[in-house]
Amino acid sequence: MAKKIRVLVAKPGLDGHDRGARVIARALRDAGMEVVYTGLHQTPEQIVEAAIQEDVNVVGLSILSGAHMTLFPRVCELLKENGADDIMVMGGGTIPEADVKALKEGGFAAEVFTPGTTIETIVEWINTNVNI
Amino acid sequence: MDEIKDARDKWFAERNKKKDRDINFETVSGMPIQDLYTPEDIQNLGYMKDLGFPGNYPYTRGVQTNMYRGRLWTMRQFAGFATAEESNLRYKYLLEKGQTGLSVAFDMPTIMGYDSDHPRSLGEVGRVGVAIDSLEDMETLFNGIPLDKVSTSMTTNAPASILWCLYIATGEKQGVASEKLTGTIQNDILKEYIAQKSWIFPPEPSMRLITNIFEYAAKHVPKWNTVSISGYHIREAGSTAVQELAFTLADGFAYVEAGIEAGLSVDDFAPRLSFFFNSHIDFFEEIAKYRAARRIWARRMKEKYGAQNPKSWLLRFHTQTAGCSLTAQQPENNIVRTAYEALAAVLGGTQSLHTNSMDEVLALPTEKAVQIALRTQQILACETGVANTIDPLAGSYFIEALTNKMEEEAEKYFEEIERRGGVLAAIDQNFFQQEIADAAYHYQRSIDKRQRIQVGVNEFVDPNEELDIELLTIDPEIERRQVAKLQKLRRQRNNLLVGDTLDALRQAAQGTKNMIPYILECVRAYATEGEIIQTLREVFGEYKEKPTF
Repeated sequence: MAKKIRVLVAKPGLDGHDRGARVIARALRDAGMEVVYTGLHQTPEQIVEAAIQEDVNVVGLSILSGAHMTLFPRVCELLKENGADDIMVMGGGTIPEADVKALKEGGFAAEVFTPGTTIETIVEWINTNVNI
Repeated sequence: MDEIKDARDKWFAERNKKKDRDINFETVSGMPIQDLYTPEDIQNLGYMKDLGFPGNYPYTRGVQTNMYRGRLWTMRQFAGFATAEESNLRYKYLLEKGQTGLSVAFDMPTIMGYDSDHPRSLGEVGRVGVAIDSLEDMETLFNGIPLDKVSTSMTTNAPASILWCLYIATGEKQGVASEKLTGTIQNDILKEYIAQKSWIFPPEPSMRLITNIFEYAAKHVPKWNTVSISGYHIREAGSTAVQELAFTLADGFAYVEAGIEAGLSVDDFAPRLSFFFNSHIDFFEEIAKYRAARRIWARRMKEKYGAQNPKSWLLRFHTQTAGCSLTAQQPENNIVRTAYEALAAVLGGTQSLHTNSMDEVLALPTEKAVQIALRTQQILACETGVANTIDPLAGSYFIEALTNKMEEEAEKYFEEIERRGGVLAAIDQNFFQQEIADAAYHYQRSIDKRQRIQVGVNEFVDPNEELDIELLTIDPEIERRQVAKLQKLRRQRNNLLVGDTLDALRQAAQGTKNMIPYILECVRAYATEGEIIQTLREVFGEYKEKPTF
């Protein structure tokens, strides 16, 4: 049996808007992936610990609070410190285009999906970019 | 009626020869819509029983006798960002542009009860609202804005009691007695567990704080709306219109029951309860929702809870156009969406309205975007003539049938909630959360599969689109400035007094006393919001959700 892609969907920071995270989590599961959802109000430390423990291939960070320029780099930094920077980080939320560019160029996110992205686009992106 | 029925059957045979467009004819919430509505569809509607006159029971046609002919709705744009200084300037700008009430947006640390220098606040200070740490910030926020002349709505829930006390204390500093203060605190913790997810304490102590506020307000701040029972966030989390209606009203009933259980008389606090609804893009469904809401609330308050004061029967509400209906693609289209949604809110009889800015799906709004949003309301109010007569859609077969249908469907949910042991039990069973998650998923799939059209997203797409609107950015320097200001305050205030007031609050929280006077003493001594919340957190603990999807 083929190995399944494992994804951690996480809500870092203080904001409680979890609609996007929950829709994506369910969609990825329906697309045949194994999905772990952290729940709300997670610190970068909690997210990285969960990602390592759950042995995931991808961490999806959903942020609407404007704290993305702090939280994305922090998660990447901690993954690196723990020797887990082979885990791919993707993101979504209310993130202005300029910040999306900065996050990708800084190596803090492999891809960022902004409002209006279809579920199929995200599934396809993961299937194309994650090798297991 | 038989004559109509026969004629309809005949018409239907004719009409069925024509081919319809290949789409599902249903509301945005998935409610099937008939091709035509006739008197048959409202056969059981009694004018006096189900509609009545505006300002008269059961208030289907509005809560005031003269509605907008007397006074237009309050134009209340939700605003706040960065620090108290910046937000103070934005409020003055909005008041100068003709806005008639203030609405304060707090940042996430303030909403979650952390001071700006708490490690959890890193990167979040001033981002989605204004940072308020202490009375010092609140005084700055309303500097030069007379609190006896302006009404203020504050979107705060878990720490509502503290922000309310900060507002009362700011009034004192301005020489305005608490009896004169007008405004609203959202203070709707039930919808936090259900949808918005910004909670601190578990439900029981949270409900105690709310009934403490009811009691204190009745005696000392009589013109204040103590809860704004909010469907807005339930809808934004992905619910259908019926779920928004039913869950919001169920929350309202739960507050009424909590007040009665706390020994208050229903007529002492019910007149100060207000509501907050979403106005989504499906025009008629939204109008029917507001009309049904007023009727259901009036009937329950009178018949079930025995309220005698007609003011306790009134469902007054603020509306915000649907943030979740806006698109990042072709953002200027959001101006148009917002205008239709605002029209639905006004035809539905709202008391106050926030129109979203076109750029809100991308960032906090710029001054220009806010001005267009406010102008949208002003054009509606002053140019279109929609405010000239009351409830103009009453008697429409479609509107009345849909209003009835909304009421029926909401009643089914009330039964289900009752069967589950009430709102708190249903929250614990994850009932609301799962219903909303299911609806959100269904909605997203229908857009992905193009069963539902979103202009600019899955149809009429501009492949070469480039974003050319200006976005507001928040300077990271703001966080450092706010932290420095807070730390200076901690050095300069009377820390012995702060400690004493916090100890007194702790003792009150451990017992059964009303906590509001103790919180007021803390804020007057310049204790910070984070310190007060931490004191209560040590007594009450924190709420934890079971993460599901």
